[in-house]
Amino acid sequence: MRMLLDAHLVAERDGFTLDVRLRIAAGEVVALLGPNGAGKTTALRVLAGLHPLVAGHLTLDGADLDRPDRRVWTPPERRPVGVVFQDYLLFPHLSALDNVAFGPRRRGADRRAARARAQEWLDRVGLGDQARRRPRQLSGGQAQRVALARALAVDPALLLLDEPLAALDARTRLDTRAELQRHLGAHSGATLLVTHDPLDALVLADRLVIVEHGRVVQEGDAATVTARPRTDYVARLVGLNLHRGRADGHAVTVGELALTTADTVHGDAFVAYPPAAVALHPSRPEGSPRNVWAATVTGVQRHGDNLRVQLTGPVEVAADVTPAAAAHLGLIPGRSVWAAVKAAETRAYPA
Amino acid sequence: MSRGVRRQRVPVALLVPAGLGLAFLVLPLAGLLLRAPWTTLPRRLAEPGVLTALRLSLETATVATLLCVTLGVPLAWLLARVEFPGRRLVRALVTVPLVLPPVVGGVALLLVFGRRGLIGSWLDETFGVTLPFTTAGVVLAEAFVAMPFLVIAVEGALRGADPRYEEAAATLGAGRFTAFTRVTLPLVAPGVAAGAVLCWARALGEFGATITFAGNYPGRTQTMPLAVYLALETDLQAAIVLSLILLTVSVVILAALRDKWIGST
Repeated sequence: MRMLLDAHLVAERDGFTLDVRLRIAAGEVVALLGPNGAGKTTALRVLAGLHPLVAGHLTLDGADLDRPDRRVWTPPERRPVGVVFQDYLLFPHLSALDNVAFGPRRRGADRRAARARAQEWLDRVGLGDQARRRPRQLSGGQAQRVALARALAVDPALLLLDEPLAALDARTRLDTRAELQRHLGAHSGATLLVTHDPLDALVLADRLVIVEHGRVVQEGDAATVTARPRTDYVARLVGLNLHRGRADGHAVTVGELALTTADTVHGDAFVAYPPAAVALHPSRPEGSPRNVWAATVTGVQRHGDNLRVQLTGPVEVAADVTPAAAAHLGLIPGRSVWAAVKAAETRAYPA
Repeated sequence: MSRGVRRQRVPVALLVPAGLGLAFLVLPLAGLLLRAPWTTLPRRLAEPGVLTALRLSLETATVATLLCVTLGVPLAWLLARVEFPGRRLVRALVTVPLVLPPVVGGVALLLVFGRRGLIGSWLDETFGVTLPFTTAGVVLAEAFVAMPFLVIAVEGALRGADPRYEEAAATLGAGRFTAFTRVTLPLVAPGVAAGAVLCWARALGEFGATITFAGNYPGRTQTMPLAVYLALETDLQAAIVLSLILLTVSVVILAALRDKWIGST
């Protein structure tokens, strides 16, 4: 697969260092996922040329745009990059049409051609009849689509989206996400989507790159990342309990706790299992489950039809129980219980 | 609950000085209206000297404002958007004409643009251009005292405008100058208009720097404020008429522009 974007981004911001490698193929959509302050937006700004690179390189479509060691730097206006900003930044004094025509016009098209191209893009995002409206007359979802059309109208080799759905309400978000997926699928260049919402990332991206504290902590397709999280942050995103320990065959030692797993691993390993796999008992259970430990309830929250119980003990764990079971066990913070996990419901993999 | 029902109590200690302040501002204007020679007004307005001075005032104030906008908007942009060493000092220097007595400004202009001045002598020898005691000199004197008003207003507007619009423009292929003309300037247009109005009003009323640098020649450098001053020594009625005109022009134009531009922000 031809890599359209090949970048090693090293940048500094407020005493924080970003050091991320990114490769995106033509037509591929990559989501840069991470908690707030992880450096996602800085990475996007570096790619757009709005923030300087201190080391590394940025190669797009075979051309070196940034290479600090050779003093190569391309200003933002000369990069084949389109950006959809988080709050869109549509120019308030221009109509939707002129907002979209702005890019083609700056890149050499005459007024008539630029407007024709803009109209074409507005039609494509379903806003052909809103062309004359000013941004403040558009709804959030419409403004988002105009911003997307504006970024795509310059035919960018790299499309950057910064939390494209964050500013929308839940209902609009659903429709706009489906719409966005269609347009990203049609974009022949590389696409980088910056988000802290795992659902946006899973629905829209072909591949996830997860950053924490300015470093890539995990990357892969949605199935791999959701099945085998490698950090607490990712585990929380995909709703799994995750422990790191030493494995020796079917046994993984996590702190003082020895867990038996179905998978065979040796050396440093992760163990992951869903909260629903954790059973709670008032006294030490007899019989089959081999992974049993004493725990203390620290919190209980609603989680769908069930309750999610936070437990402390040899390991920090979340358990999902039915309201009936919770009532039977009298689950209140401070209550001592026994937690049990069947080996067959755990997954172990090398760290 | 609602503001209309509950009467707001105003302390007497504030109400009295506030009332006196208002009276102090309004009474002289009322005096002007009361003492105006209303019966002979039409005849006096038609006197050629009056119209000449009025036209000269309007023209020089307008040209001075254009000069201030042309030079002042880029200066304001520089102060608001570019980090450079000594920026605070530059900002302080820009405001000096605000606090400088205009007569001192006029003397300073003479020292630089006068026929023996630093730039004036060069202009005189190279191009045969003389600025002092000409209409161009009037424009220069007015621009000197009025430009800080424009720079301060526009810089404030630029600081209030989100610089990320310029970034968005850059990602769409606009260089810094294009981003400024196509995006930033339209966004701060109300601020520029407000600054231009203040600048124009200040230029229209300019007296000290003008009389020092450009003199008081009817038809050439005698603007309305100068005409008022001269008339005061010979003919009080004429001075009142001229003042009335100046007052009317300022109020009408300020009111018209205020509704159109400034009120909307």
